[in-house]
Amino acid sequence: MNEIKENLENQEELSDDMKVLDELTSTEYKWGFVTEIESETAPKGLNEDVIRLISSKKNEPEWMTEWRLKAFRYWLKMEEPHWPNVNYPPIDYQDISYYSAPKQKPKLNSLDEVDPELLKTFEKLGIPLNEQKLLTGVAVDAVFDSVSVTTTFKETLKEKGVIFCSISEAIQEHPEIVKKYLGSVVPYTDNYFAALNSAVFSDGSFVFIPKGVRCPMELSTYFRINAQETGQFERTLIIAEESSYVSYLEGCTAPIRDNNQLHAAVVELVALDDAEIKYSTVQNWYPGDKDGKGGIYNFVTKRGACRGKNSKISWTQVETGSAITWKYPSCILQGDNSIGEFYSVAVTNNMQQADTGTKMIHLGKNTRSTIISKGISAGRSNNSYRGLVKIGKNAEGARNFTQCDSMLMSDQCGAHTFPYIEVENESAKVEHEATTSKVGADQIFYLNQRGIATEDTVNMIVNGFCKEVFNELPMEFAVEAQKLLAISLEGSVG
Amino acid sequence: MLVIKNLHANIEGKEILKGIDLEIKAGEVHAIMGPNGSGKSTLANVLAGNEGYEVTGGEIIFEGKNLLELDPEDRARDGVFLAFQYPVEIPGVSNATFLKTAINEVRKYHNLPELTPKEFLELMKEKSKILGMDEALISRSVNVGFSGGEKKRNEIFQLLMLNPKLALLDETDSGLDIDALKIVSNGVNIFKAKDKAVLVVTHYQRLLNYIQPDFVHVLYKGKIIKSGGKELALELEDKGYDWIKPELVESETV
Repeated sequence: MNEIKENLENQEELSDDMKVLDELTSTEYKWGFVTEIESETAPKGLNEDVIRLISSKKNEPEWMTEWRLKAFRYWLKMEEPHWPNVNYPPIDYQDISYYSAPKQKPKLNSLDEVDPELLKTFEKLGIPLNEQKLLTGVAVDAVFDSVSVTTTFKETLKEKGVIFCSISEAIQEHPEIVKKYLGSVVPYTDNYFAALNSAVFSDGSFVFIPKGVRCPMELSTYFRINAQETGQFERTLIIAEESSYVSYLEGCTAPIRDNNQLHAAVVELVALDDAEIKYSTVQNWYPGDKDGKGGIYNFVTKRGACRGKNSKISWTQVETGSAITWKYPSCILQGDNSIGEFYSVAVTNNMQQADTGTKMIHLGKNTRSTIISKGISAGRSNNSYRGLVKIGKNAEGARNFTQCDSMLMSDQCGAHTFPYIEVENESAKVEHEATTSKVGADQIFYLNQRGIATEDTVNMIVNGFCKEVFNELPMEFAVEAQKLLAISLEGSVG
Repeated sequence: MLVIKNLHANIEGKEILKGIDLEIKAGEVHAIMGPNGSGKSTLANVLAGNEGYEVTGGEIIFEGKNLLELDPEDRARDGVFLAFQYPVEIPGVSNATFLKTAINEVRKYHNLPELTPKEFLELMKEKSKILGMDEALISRSVNVGFSGGEKKRNEIFQLLMLNPKLALLDETDSGLDIDALKIVSNGVNIFKAKDKAVLVVTHYQRLLNYIQPDFVHVLYKGKIIKSGGKELALELEDKGYDWIKPELVESETV
């Protein structure tokens, strides 16, 4: 009782600050739109002028503008796909503004001014205080000088010849590399959302690891806070030259809210001979309220090309957010003996819908791929795995192993598996295993009988279910991901 | 320690326990025997709080507390341990993680500090030796890929790790060969103490050669129809159950 009373008092104290915060935020948008509409925000709608505006705002070279325009013209002829197992009202693409200057977050003086609900979530996730401040836009004290940390790491990278910057910067500074690889894995003709992204992409990351270099740190561990600024149409390009290695972390376990409902990112990876790229994602976009209102549509095209022999690309994803997820991180295994991996945990709760999986396209000889997919459905949500394993006719000795496990947490949710297998070479070996289980009353009782409370037993069972995927995540990400799962599924059983 | 009065319980509307009275004192070993379907496992599950069973009457007092008012996890924390007839598999959760969580939950409940990793490891080493458990089994997922015998051994290993007050052994002997039976019984005998009690539910007298009961009760159609000392178990082994079934006894007298 005392605790509740205390909370109430705190909230009363906070309410004044909250008013200020509310005003700050709404003011920003109001002025942003009214006074500086010409320079800061493009008018709603999409046409060639808007694309030229985006390109000129970013001071892009002519070839880039042309590429965007070609993508746009192609997009106009395409139709939005409706084959995924998800439902949403029609999107009015002319009702979206495709360019706005980087938003200024309101500067706050202390964490006391932040939404207490958000702070509670941070606490549960165990996010360090300084990161909390950065995430919520609180001015950071001198102890944690993020600029100097960033600079130190940038220097280390530079010594090794690693380029790690925004894609806009790369277009300016390293046009020859960008020109060579951009759209080479995901051409703008690939699909509706990829075409749209190519026409209007705002920003994203660029990574180049030169020949023989093992990137000395997991990229974006220290930068992920900055990455929150990335917009609606993110574009990422990662190139690993011969015998190089990089591990890239994307996303953040902190819940991310955004006023842009539609998100259509494109990620392209290129691995040359003997190179390895490990790409880990933890995605926690706002899923909407309990009825699914206001959640983000996350329509992403992620693809990696194992161009060189003995190259390897590994995707690991933990997806807990978004109202709708449409995402198939894929590998094109061109080089002989190349390896593709996909490890995925997709959690849906309440009204969330996810249609996610992978494509493994085996072209080279003795190429190997592994797919481990764990789908967890709770509430009234719908969770689909969709995967393609294709063995080309020259892919002598190709092998695939697929394991798709679904776990149901309620009687009203759905789990679906759509595996597609196309084999054109008789020497190939393709294995597919699938299971569906319900968190069993017998499992819960067994753990209860050893003194563990029901909420904890469910976490334990779910984390055990996802273990093979969590094992693939870098350590600190894995710990956060476990906590994130617990929060996402809070109260969904018992 | 445990007093059961006129206990009635149903599964899916069917009455299985029809008025059980039983008292178990600290330091005692009781055996419940009886033919298939007599309600032996139901009794063990009802005591542990399995929600699949509905208690329709009677009471259970454990250490002065009304057990029926407690959730299964609180019964466990208060010292009721059920060695399952069919131990459940928990994929991806290692035995060590599971046991560490369980032990620390129990300790938290009693306001004791959590075990340090070192203390936990030492405890685990000591207890696993008693059960002859392979170290590999301890790092494997709970009961996943365990043979029937390994699962039963794991139950008794957990009993020793958690060190409760009352151990309910639900057909712990089923599926065990003679060597495993000896090891498991030895584990239970190590658990036995002046302040502990054991309730053995079994089909066969065999187990009782190794875990000597102070009292033997025969459960038949949801009621205890006969109680006695350990010699009763031998008699049952010899003559089967027919000679004490009430309807048969009655018909003989007629």
